Amino acid sequence: MKISKEKFGQAFDALVADYKVIAPVSDGSGIAFTEVKSFSDVKQDYLNSKLPPKAFFFPQHEKLMSYKKEGKDVTVKSELKVENTILFGIRPCDAKGMLLLDKVFKNDQYTDPYYYERREKAVIIGLGCTKIAPTCFCSSFEISPAGSEGSDLFLIDLGDSYEVEVVTEKGKALADRLALAELTADEQALVDKIKSAETPSKIDVSNTTSKLDKMFNSPYWDTLQEKCLGCNVCSFSCPTCHCFDISEEVCKNEGTRVRTWDACMAPLFTLHGSGHNPRDNKKARWRQRLMHKFNYFVHNNGSMSCVGCGRCIKSCPVNMDIRQVVDGANKAELVVE
Amino acid sequence: MQQNPYLPITMKLVKNLVETEDRLINTFTLEFMNKQDEENFKYMPGQFAELSAYGHGEAPFGIATSPTEPGILKFSVAKVGCVSNALHLMEEGTMVGVRGPMGNYYPIEQFKGKNVVIIGGGFAFTTLRSLAKYMLDDKHRGDYGDITVIYGARNPGLLLYKEELAEWENNPNINLVTTIDRPAEGWTKHVGFIPSITEQIAPSSVDTYAVVCGPPAMIKFTLPVLEKLNFPPERIYTSLEMRMKCGLGICGRCNIGTEYVCKDGPVFSMAQLKELPNEY
Repeated sequence: MKISKEKFGQAFDALVADYKVIAPVSDGSGIAFTEVKSFSDVKQDYLNSKLPPKAFFFPQHEKLMSYKKEGKDVTVKSELKVENTILFGIRPCDAKGMLLLDKVFKNDQYTDPYYYERREKAVIIGLGCTKIAPTCFCSSFEISPAGSEGSDLFLIDLGDSYEVEVVTEKGKALADRLALAELTADEQALVDKIKSAETPSKIDVSNTTSKLDKMFNSPYWDTLQEKCLGCNVCSFSCPTCHCFDISEEVCKNEGTRVRTWDACMAPLFTLHGSGHNPRDNKKARWRQRLMHKFNYFVHNNGSMSCVGCGRCIKSCPVNMDIRQVVDGANKAELVVE
Repeated sequence: MQQNPYLPITMKLVKNLVETEDRLINTFTLEFMNKQDEENFKYMPGQFAELSAYGHGEAPFGIATSPTEPGILKFSVAKVGCVSNALHLMEEGTMVGVRGPMGNYYPIEQFKGKNVVIIGGGFAFTTLRSLAKYMLDDKHRGDYGDITVIYGARNPGLLLYKEELAEWENNPNINLVTTIDRPAEGWTKHVGFIPSITEQIAPSSVDTYAVVCGPPAMIKFTLPVLEKLNFPPERIYTSLEMRMKCGLGICGRCNIGTEYVCKDGPVFSMAQLKELPNEY
């Protein structure tokens, strides 16, 4: 099915009344997902945003609760606020990233209400990639640059119109508000061509997990991390990184408990009160980063926690490239213990 | 567990007791404010909770009481950081926040019909006290064989729960061995480090589980002793500490390989730990 961009724009503007609508916008230094009021504000032609859209479910900084002390007494209040949200223009890598974060924020024992309530009230409108950046390598993880996995409604840009795929019930509810038409044979051929595309850059991860099973004590980690500055930008720009800190902001007798993005690459991340630190060196922290994404996460959740969006490659100040790091692990010699 | 696992319940600090002579460890007794909170807080020995000192933050501590002691929770906490310092200075009657219970617990079901040797050093005795107290309860004592507790500290003043230890000395249901590192005036019991005292006491490993908690050096030297006594790794348990924030297996900092100490631990058998990377 398809819809002309003009009609889609009108429907989009009507949705703004019922939903908080988030879409890619050019902010002068790149693309950012931002709340918009009109389709005319939406950037149509972009590779991907600087930061992943995970922040709409898992903000960089958010209040968990607030409290007020009076003498020895205290009153505590939850700060969970949820709005009906539409995220428009989510790329397939980021849509997959959300499916992976879902597994983290709802584990075998607990559900994180801050993440989940927002997630449940959000509709993802995915947008297939018709251009591919040199840092893109999503095809390594069975993600197609024009695949609809993780989206509720999925669009492919056909020039004057969008091809529309209804993926979930949530997506269907939105599609009911769109005047959809049939694709022509030429358009169908174009859609098929776009859908069959792969990222030219691909890494082989077929044996990476089992290789890493045997690599905790490998000398590979000794030199791997030497040029890393420990700046954390790779984690903050990653659509699947989920580590956070919980701290308190206090003013006189009132305060809020907040959570903030944190990263396993930070030296203080694992520092005990006693002074002991199980990951007190960069080697241990880089090993943790790679192991978590390509080994521990696979054992716990059944898939790798990398979607090949390439943001960490683009943003690294010392040009560390996760593709080379994985490739190096694939090729590293095993030490007999 | 509450619906929103990040929201603490409010409990009243009814007693703030200086536990050790060096004044570095206090035992906090917290009282549930209502029946509902207490019913929702069903816990077992070995579990922990996140304590909030409002205005300072929150930190995880092992629960020192046993579920057989209704109405209250106790925590024995060393003064090391922001939250623990605030708790130490807190006036009795102040309201604190509690999230939990969290983590797994000592496998007391497996212990049934077996002997249990509890080995503790220093202030790592808190959840071990919970375990011993639980098994000693009239309702449970019959489920277990011999209960031996080997507990040591640097000097007599650093032993936790001194009154209770004195009581256990004369209790036929428990075999208590206390030791201090170096001789001290007035001390008539064992002198020596935990590993050598364990070797000396030589508890039989037949039909016996061992639970070991203490400083890393103590554990490191006690394990070979237990091995020599023929305790298999599947029957040696310990409880680990890690820096934690959420306590729910989400915030990402307390993992050892694939396991999150907060959610999959803190209690692990030595057999489990052997399979995990040495990063704790």
